Amino acid sequence: MPRLEGNCWSCSCPTGVKHKTLSSAAVWASKAGEMMTIITSVLSSAYGSLHSIHATNLLRRGLVLFTVGVILALVLNLLQIQRNVTLFPEEVIATLFSSAWWVPPCCGTAAAVVGLLYPCIDSRLGEPHKFKREWASVMRCIAVFVGINHASAKLDFANNVQLSLTLAALSLGLWWTFDRSRSGFGLGITIAFLATLITQFLVYNGVYQYTSPDFLYIRSWLPCIFFSGGVTVGNIGRQLAMGGTEKPHND
Amino acid sequence: MTVSERLRQRISAAFYRHGLLCASYPVPIILFTALCILACCYPLLKLPLPGTGPEEFTTGLRDYAPPPPEPQGDPGDRPDWYRGPPVAYIQQVLVKAAVSPWDNRLVPVDAFRSPLGRVFSLVEEIRNHVHKDSSGVHSLEELCLQVTDLLPGLRRMQAVLPEHGCLLVSPGNYWQNQRERFDSDPDILRTVHQHEPKGLHTSATLRDLLFGVPGKHTGVSLYSRKHVVTYTITVVLQSYDARFVGSLRSRLRQLHPSANCSVREDHMVHVHFKEEIGIAELIPLVTTYIILFAYIYFSTRKIDMVKSKWGLALAAVVTVLSSLLMSVGLCTLFGLTPTLNGGEIFPYLVVVIGLENVLVLTKSVVSTPVDLEVRLRIAQGLSNESWSIMKNMATELGIILIGYFTLVPAIQEFCLFAVVGLVSDFFLQMFFFTTVLSIDIRRMELADLNRRLPAEAGLPPPKPAPLRPRDSPAPPRSERPPPLRPSTPHTITLQPALRSLRLPKRLRVVYFLARTRLAQRIIMAGTVIWIGILVYTDPAGLRTYLAAQVSEQSPLGEAGLPPLGVPPVFPGGDPTSPLNVLPPPEPVPLPENHSQGHGLPSHSPPGPQISWGPEDEETWRRLSFRHWPSLFSYYNITLAKRYISILPVIPVSLYLSAQEALETRHPQDTRLPQTPLAGSPGPPPVPAQADLTLYKVAALGLAAGVLLVLLLFCLYRVLCPRNYGQNGVSVGRRRRGDLPCDDYGYSPPVSEISPLLLRGHNMDIECLASDGMLLASCCLAGQIRVWDAQTGDCLTVIPNQGLHRSSSGVWEQRDAWDGGGASEPESVGGMEGLETGAGLLVPGGAGYPLRRRVTPSRPAMFGDQPDLTPLIDTNFSEQPPPTCPTQPGAFDFRGLVQRAYQEHEASAGLPGYPPSPPPPPQRRGSLGDQPLPPQERPPPSPPDWDSAVWALELRGNLIAAGRSSGKLELWDAVEGVLRSSNEDASSGITALAFLNNRIVAARLNGSLDFFTVDINKPLGLLQYRGTPSRGSVPPSPCYSSDDVISCQLTRSVQCAHQKPITVLKAAAGRVVTGSQDHTVRVYRLEDSCCLFTLQGHSGGITSIYIDQTMVLASGGQDGAICLWDVLTGSRVSHVYGHRGDVTSLVCTTSCIISSGLDDLICIWDRSTGIKLYSVQQEVGCGASLGVISESLLVTGGQGCVSFWDLNFGDLLQTVYLGQSSEGQGVRQLLVLDNAAIVCDFGSELSLVYVPSVLEKLD
Repeated sequence: MPRLEGNCWSCSCPTGVKHKTLSSAAVWASKAGEMMTIITSVLSSAYGSLHSIHATNLLRRGLVLFTVGVILALVLNLLQIQRNVTLFPEEVIATLFSSAWWVPPCCGTAAAVVGLLYPCIDSRLGEPHKFKREWASVMRCIAVFVGINHASAKLDFANNVQLSLTLAALSLGLWWTFDRSRSGFGLGITIAFLATLITQFLVYNGVYQYTSPDFLYIRSWLPCIFFSGGVTVGNIGRQLAMGGTEKPHND
Repeated sequence: MTVSERLRQRISAAFYRHGLLCASYPVPIILFTALCILACCYPLLKLPLPGTGPEEFTTGLRDYAPPPPEPQGDPGDRPDWYRGPPVAYIQQVLVKAAVSPWDNRLVPVDAFRSPLGRVFSLVEEIRNHVHKDSSGVHSLEELCLQVTDLLPGLRRMQAVLPEHGCLLVSPGNYWQNQRERFDSDPDILRTVHQHEPKGLHTSATLRDLLFGVPGKHTGVSLYSRKHVVTYTITVVLQSYDARFVGSLRSRLRQLHPSANCSVREDHMVHVHFKEEIGIAELIPLVTTYIILFAYIYFSTRKIDMVKSKWGLALAAVVTVLSSLLMSVGLCTLFGLTPTLNGGEIFPYLVVVIGLENVLVLTKSVVSTPVDLEVRLRIAQGLSNESWSIMKNMATELGIILIGYFTLVPAIQEFCLFAVVGLVSDFFLQMFFFTTVLSIDIRRMELADLNRRLPAEAGLPPPKPAPLRPRDSPAPPRSERPPPLRPSTPHTITLQPALRSLRLPKRLRVVYFLARTRLAQRIIMAGTVIWIGILVYTDPAGLRTYLAAQVSEQSPLGEAGLPPLGVPPVFPGGDPTSPLNVLPPPEPVPLPENHSQGHGLPSHSPPGPQISWGPEDEETWRRLSFRHWPSLFSYYNITLAKRYISILPVIPVSLYLSAQEALETRHPQDTRLPQTPLAGSPGPPPVPAQADLTLYKVAALGLAAGVLLVLLLFCLYRVLCPRNYGQNGVSVGRRRRGDLPCDDYGYSPPVSEISPLLLRGHNMDIECLASDGMLLASCCLAGQIRVWDAQTGDCLTVIPNQGLHRSSSGVWEQRDAWDGGGASEPESVGGMEGLETGAGLLVPGGAGYPLRRRVTPSRPAMFGDQPDLTPLIDTNFSEQPPPTCPTQPGAFDFRGLVQRAYQEHEASAGLPGYPPSPPPPPQRRGSLGDQPLPPQERPPPSPPDWDSAVWALELRGNLIAAGRSSGKLELWDAVEGVLRSSNEDASSGITALAFLNNRIVAARLNGSLDFFTVDINKPLGLLQYRGTPSRGSVPPSPCYSSDDVISCQLTRSVQCAHQKPITVLKAAAGRVVTGSQDHTVRVYRLEDSCCLFTLQGHSGGITSIYIDQTMVLASGGQDGAICLWDVLTGSRVSHVYGHRGDVTSLVCTTSCIISSGLDDLICIWDRSTGIKLYSVQQEVGCGASLGVISESLLVTGGQGCVSFWDLNFGDLLQTVYLGQSSEGQGVRQLLVLDNAAIVCDFGSELSLVYVPSVLEKLD
């Protein structure tokens, strides 16, 4: 069992560290293929040891996280597009599912990676997450996350700094309310940093753009969104890992 | 700290008093709360219903002036959107045209071709109209709304809708306002229809836009019977010039006078459009609502142990919702009008306010002791949680306050609502929810009372028994007899299990279905009501339709309405004409004369009549409410949150002669299929087509719905795999090979799990100990056997030598004690060869080294007793082993032993609680209390064969045995030799713990002794287990036969407990003891220092669980389970789960499993203390528990062990231990490291391997 587990993690962790973006962000399209290969590798390893509940459990968790990521990406992207914050080439509203097809799968994959990474890091650090481990709290967390996105898209702020500061405070509040773990904070910061970097890169290459960018090429509140997204997806991942049928034996 | 402590106490006391109040006067308080809610919600009546329908406001036309942009002074009853000039003024010219009189030469097309043809001249007239007055010449060009390009996406409309100029639409736009095109158009209908979108369309179509009246009212159809064509010419004005409009009106009226027209012209209607919610905006909204419902679902699911779970959940939701309503109402009352979109922020408000407090309250109240009075329970529950509630509320208020200072208006408003909502939510929780909870709990207790009354009638109450069974130290601690004897089955009914736990699984499924349907119905009813309200309030909807119907049909409406508008606004009309507003059934002479007087072609009576009624005043009402927004949106002008003003229509009546119609006829018109106009046409083709699309759409929608439901179901399955004890609901899960979920019959891996019976003991097994590799068992006869835990071979027998050594005396004594002089001569006689001599036993050797003797005959009075004779070794030919001292036993123990036994006896013979079935107490007693001959043993004599072994522990290859005489013995498990013994104290050892090289012994008198085992290892370290194959075996000291082992008492805690210690567990360097004195104590193993005394139970402690991760759980006779933090000594959670004793407790990393005297196995969530589910077992089965892996639970039953899936609560398999499942219960169950289970089964041990688990562990 530990062997298999290590296998799974070793194939998902290092690549996961390379690119983790979530929610409304976008991931480099080609990496989706890479992710797919990871998923298929997980799949094949799962098929190889089908009797092992752990692998199927991992797969199931990954699938659920992927679905959640896709749905969140669709919904939140819609929010952003409505307000003309993100400008995709051509008419996206009409052809959201065709021209920007790569956004939801990428977000889903990123969500799966992050959601699996959180419990993994928890178990590696040996400090199991105990704070508010219930589905109700997770739902609350998701709702607050959507709310933050909503606020970022719909509220009219005086200036961008105010908006960014408010959102940063909100994201920190989200973390404090629902996570409160050092590993969660660290991972969230890392995710936010990497995702922002990737988004900068994407926008620089002209894959898409933001209206009125105020932080190099992107909006300055984007890291906050990434951070809260990471915390949210991590929360879901942890809950899934806890509520799963099988857990690896640590002793 | 003191301040906060004092504050805490104050708050706690206040909550306590409040709880008493609430529980004492439930009905008045609920009434009061309802009044409060209603009062606070009253201002909400003024608020408009949320919806996207436009709002209207009507002003008089006379002294109209555009409202000022800023509201000034008293707004009166004008709505707050009525500010500033409107986007546009709409002037409609309503044209009704008819070919009159109708001629038989005419074809149906003529009914609308020539009337439509008149539109071009009318449009010309309007376009060219100028109004001259003193201020200059006004033309339409300067007043009308100038539009530019159409939106780029509307290329196909380009030819039809006007661009770069006045926004003036009329049916003429179909032909680019060119008469020539119209005249050369062979098929008007096709031209009109070719712009219609395919499929269903709810919003305004191009036809509606151009005609300005709903499609079916236009009369442009081959099947129209009225021959009256209606259309409008819509002029959109940028600014309102009353004189220009007036002159246009009078000019048109002059040109085309409308007879009998009573259309009122004195009102101007302002229509305000709300922000439109498109699909794109709807999706996030729907998502937030879905999340909200999931949140509510997951929250309310946790409500447990109450009479009506759904009632309470409803109350919780009502609490939150009405607190929101109250907050909005209060804010409106104080002049704050919500500007935010209510539907959008509502889910966030609910999430911010949350249901947590309600749940915390429920949990806290239901976990108070059940035997208290209801009001005391409520009060206690409230005061327990008071501090956390206040703290949470203060935190939330603080966060919201911070949000308020962001100075963003939207956030500020949100925060304001949230603050008021939080406060009102707190109010409602305290008054409404607490009271509902008290009512619920009272109901539950009443129900319980009703249930237990008839059963109790003839029986002595089980509780006030003089001594709890727990008081008896007789059964060794880890081996409790089955809690409920088959002889007293009615006691089961006496244990009133909680309602939710009592439901059989099938019923629960039904319950679940019923519940979901209830939810469905509520949602459906809500939706229907919502839609109804929307339809009713929609200006284009039902209300106007109904009003029109009523006014059309009721004579009062006709008679009442028209005269009102007549005198001032109808200068050119005939004052008498308004009286005939409706199409008269017979030709009325007056209007005809009138129209003739105006020079219009006369027509014969059967011709179509043009009539003007009140329904013509505002024809735009019949249009879709999206009509104007869509018209403007084509030019990228949004009407959202703005308003337009609609001027009264200008009626124009056109009568055309048949001659005119014939002239304008297109040559192709006659080729069209002639259908009888008066006769009823067959099924019209166009509606049929529409119906077909309707069916298509319906079928598609149905398919999509089914797909969606399936998808949701799959998602639900994936997300919520927990079945919560609903056995066998899903078929799909059964197919998974690793989880054979089925009930008793179906057991695919039956070949995998087969019990291995270890026979050898002659009496019931009393103690069982294992360290993973070896297994030591001790029977009532005092015989200790060591087994190989993997093969099941008996390695060593440590027989009760006392039987042979002091044979004659002892047995005689015993027989005399047994009440008869009957003796077994054989037993007194010889003994067979095997002794504990090291050389005689082959380690790891086969089976049973004891050679059995055939017993010739046994006295009849022993018929019900187990046959002991094979035990008695009568072979005297062998030399006694050198290690075994031959001196007689110590006499000075006798008094102590006797005392101990008397205690034992007194408690063992309790009424209603006899010990385990096979061994009669006196037999055990006789073993424990043998009045030894005084000269038998000197004080240091090690093996004390005459006292029973009460506790057994096995580590490495050392067996620690605690005897009823207070003696602690250390045996070599392999060689069967006594290594050391200690008899410093004489109180019987009730429990032992052997950890590392320390032994802790708990004694009957409540003292706790710590021993240290010292090993003086010689150089040649001999290990018994040559290949320790399993790395998971805990590091236990391994002793070789050459070691000199000494056992020294390092510390003795004399008064560890006031009463006998019942449980002793050691793990992670801690020793935990539980006692009859209701306390649990935690000692450090190294220095035997008492760290904590944990108080919290209201009964004796019956079971304790502690493991390496320092999880400590304890269960008591009060049915409570406490979870403690071993590091701080604080109580983490406290739940009441059982009626009666908690008999055993096991924890996994995520849950706690407890079993009680009520034959219930409860599985609790470890982190939250919420009961996940419970399993009702058979009678008398619930005592033994074991967890094999994180998800596999083993319980002992009557002659069987059952395997349960912990995650689903499903019974996986039942393994029967013996061929005949007689009433032998499994009383003790031990899970070994190699996923084997050892359980005692009468006098046999059963070793059950679970190979599938074994694989998984590897």
